Amino acid sequence: MEPSTITVKKGKPEAIYDTFERKAGKDKLTTHYCPGCGHGRVHKLVAEALSDFGLTDKTIFISPVGCSVFAYYYMNTGNVQAPHGRAPAVGTGLCRVRPDSVVISYQGDGDLAAIGTAEIIHAANRGENMMVIFVNNAIYGMTGGQMAPTTMVGQKTQTTPRGRTVMNEGHPIRMAELISGLEAPVYVERCAVTDTKNIMKTRKAIRKAVQLQAEKKGFSFIEILSACPTGWKMTPKDSIKWIQDNLEPYFKLGTIKDVSAEREPMIKPVPTNDAEAIYSALGLQKGKTKASTDRAIGEKRIKIAGFGGQGALTAGVMLANAGMNDGLHVSWIPSYGPEMRGGTANCSVVISDRRIGSPVFESPNVLIAMNGPSLDAFEADVTAGGTIIVNSSIVERKVKRSDVKVICAPLTDLAADLGIKAAANSVAIGVYLGHEKVFERERIYDVLKTSLKKKEALALNIQAVDAGYAFAQGK
Amino acid sequence: MKKELIKGNEAVVKAAILAGCTHYFGYPITPASEIAQAAAHYLPLIGGTFVQAESEVAAINMVYGAASAGARVLTASSSPGMSLKQEGISYLAGAELPAVLVDVMRAGPGLGNIWPEQSDYNQMVKGGGHGDYKNIVLAPNCAQEMCDMTLEAFDLADKYRCTAVLLTDGSIGQTMEPVEFPDEFRPAPYKDWAVYGDAKTQKNLISSIYMSIDALQALNRRLQQKYAEIELKEQKWEDFMTDDAELVVVAYGITSRVAQNAIEELRAEGRKVGMLRPKTLFPFPKKRLAEIAQTAKVFLAAEMSAGQMIDDVKLAIECKRPVEFYGTCGGSIPTVEDIKNSIMAAYKKRIG
Ligand SMILES: Cc1ncc(C[n+]2csc(CCOP(=O)(O)OP(=O)(O)O)c2C)c(N)n1
Ligand code: SF4
Repeated sequence: MEPSTITVKKGKPEAIYDTFERKAGKDKLTTHYCPGCGHGRVHKLVAEALSDFGLTDKTIFISPVGCSVFAYYYMNTGNVQAPHGRAPAVGTGLCRVRPDSVVISYQGDGDLAAIGTAEIIHAANRGENMMVIFVNNAIYGMTGGQMAPTTMVGQKTQTTPRGRTVMNEGHPIRMAELISGLEAPVYVERCAVTDTKNIMKTRKAIRKAVQLQAEKKGFSFIEILSACPTGWKMTPKDSIKWIQDNLEPYFKLGTIKDVSAEREPMIKPVPTNDAEAIYSALGLQKGKTKASTDRAIGEKRIKIAGFGGQGALTAGVMLANAGMNDGLHVSWIPSYGPEMRGGTANCSVVISDRRIGSPVFESPNVLIAMNGPSLDAFEADVTAGGTIIVNSSIVERKVKRSDVKVICAPLTDLAADLGIKAAANSVAIGVYLGHEKVFERERIYDVLKTSLKKKEALALNIQAVDAGYAFAQGK
Repeated sequence: MKKELIKGNEAVVKAAILAGCTHYFGYPITPASEIAQAAAHYLPLIGGTFVQAESEVAAINMVYGAASAGARVLTASSSPGMSLKQEGISYLAGAELPAVLVDVMRAGPGLGNIWPEQSDYNQMVKGGGHGDYKNIVLAPNCAQEMCDMTLEAFDLADKYRCTAVLLTDGSIGQTMEPVEFPDEFRPAPYKDWAVYGDAKTQKNLISSIYMSIDALQALNRRLQQKYAEIELKEQKWEDFMTDDAELVVVAYGITSRVAQNAIEELRAEGRKVGMLRPKTLFPFPKKRLAEIAQTAKVFLAAEMSAGQMIDDVKLAIECKRPVEFYGTCGGSIPTVEDIKNSIMAAYKKRIG
């Protein structure tokens, strides 16, 4: 919403329900908060701002875990209750889905500054378009008055019965300063709901944050020092004085960061429902792939291995792709798990005339060894009667097995002869297809055509396949 | 659509987008990272959103927020990350929010290693967070099912307002296989219970807190009824040569692929063996297993864990037949020989 379209309404804040129907018990008119508690006051200030700007129906209010877990009893807005500390993450989800809404993450000091520290820091750092109301009462109210990260040194709580010590608990954490140290937040202010003057300042800060939200200017953070007479074991009046005497000197009031004037509205993307656009983005092609083949080729379990850069993995993908387009069953898996050994990059390809069982296999019936370590690693695994294709350009030793068919092909040299040494893998495919026609050579050309955009590279790779093919045929 | 040779992990993302998923929140972990990477690539192209969260805890809570706002939303991780998500999964159940999660299992416990295992069965199928809740758990065993079950998961999650999990493993996620994606794009449905941040849904509340015992009992009753209905209607499985089988292997995911090879080889030797492959782990295909137990003489639960699914097999057949076990831990996929040997050992022990 543009600032000019914000209308200011007067009267009762419509963002607070007239009666609190969600609240248990007979009394539907008073809140569940203790006398003198700051939460009720802060709710009202937020509600007023939302009502005045006419944003009530656009607002999603997140109730945290803490005494304000039941804020949804009161806020006449869309309501979401979040797990302890996670409100900023929940808010991230909400404002990413509904970028036009006003998202308010309302949190206590245990929720925000202890269990939810990671979530608040990162939501702030991403500059999520949400506002955070951080009610700092220096104690855990809901669970009966234990220490909070903001508890003052020397302050007695249920878990610091002799007072917080620096040695055991460290110093109270100043969240507003921490947040303002990040680049993304647009507005960070600390206020106090104590006397009239400070309440008016709090009111102003909240209104500003709401407005920045509506203007989509990003992340605002309002820390509010607030009384917990019950947790502090004080009267409401003494509590106000205690804030002034103890909290305010440590947690300095005022604007800590404000870069709202220089920030542009952030317009978040909106998902498209245009099916054509979606299919095109996903790179999916209309039509049908050949469903099956009537050729009986059995099951080829092909292991292709070499050192990184020789294109062993790509060769496997090309074979699998071509097989798929020819109506065969195929699978491809890169070196994975315990089979990764010998310092080689390898993949397992299955091409079959029937449904494939495991894509991972122990014993290939075809091994393409593009370097020495690959031969060393897998020679023994090849099934009797299988085939080993060896890159004789760089593998010096002979194949030891006598129960397999061996093809020694100078893959690297044949590719180098064409002036494209990197195409040794295409030569390997050619050799394999020349030896065993699981499908026509043209199926590989088709795959090359879709994967290689440069004409020259395409032509050379086709020549490389042909060179390998001719080599195998000539044998 | 024409078939595409694609990794199972990537197929999940394309399928999710075709199911109307617009948002992904996740934290990288091997061997699930391709899902996050594919989401980061494709979602912005359709105006959707990918956010790399600060942790799995944050990611699942972003899912909670996005689901609250009515979106179809996806997250994925692997075992250690799923452990972190359990808090959020329990809240999703309590608030009855639909979401789709993918667990590409790796070996544990602790940091374990990145190789495949199936030892998250208990944490995903039995619940792993607090409270009496269930996830619908689907068990794809190939890339095509990674696609199909993702589509199905979004529908089931919305239908029952619950979390639907694809429980898979590193090898299924990493394997490229042909996938035929659906011809039809289906945008996310409107959800009248969601909080869209507009006047129409202003009265809606998403919450899992019920202060009165009565109200929380009512929620739990409703959840249990829902799970009972899911058990009744959503059991899915595949029969593989079970008709005359004396020994029936029960296996899911990559283990079922290896078992297929083993069974084919043993059939060629004249052995009457078959496989019942659960495609849903919750609900477990109890009906079919009970039927099979009337004719089969012995079962073999095969899984890449120390024995988790086996309990469900025994319950399904009410221990009326012996259930032998094959298991492997530490990140090793069983070999065909391994499964054949344990089938034959069970066969000899129980059938002779
Ligand atoms: C995971 C988890 N751990 C602990 C709790 C218990 N708990 C509820 S509220 C709370 C602290 C609340 O303190 P604060 O955020 O300061 O809010 P206040 O009640 O003071 O407003 C704690 C520890 C919980 N609900 N969930
Ligand atoms: S315990 Fe403290 S924070 Fe909670 S309602 Fe009472 S006064 Fe407010």
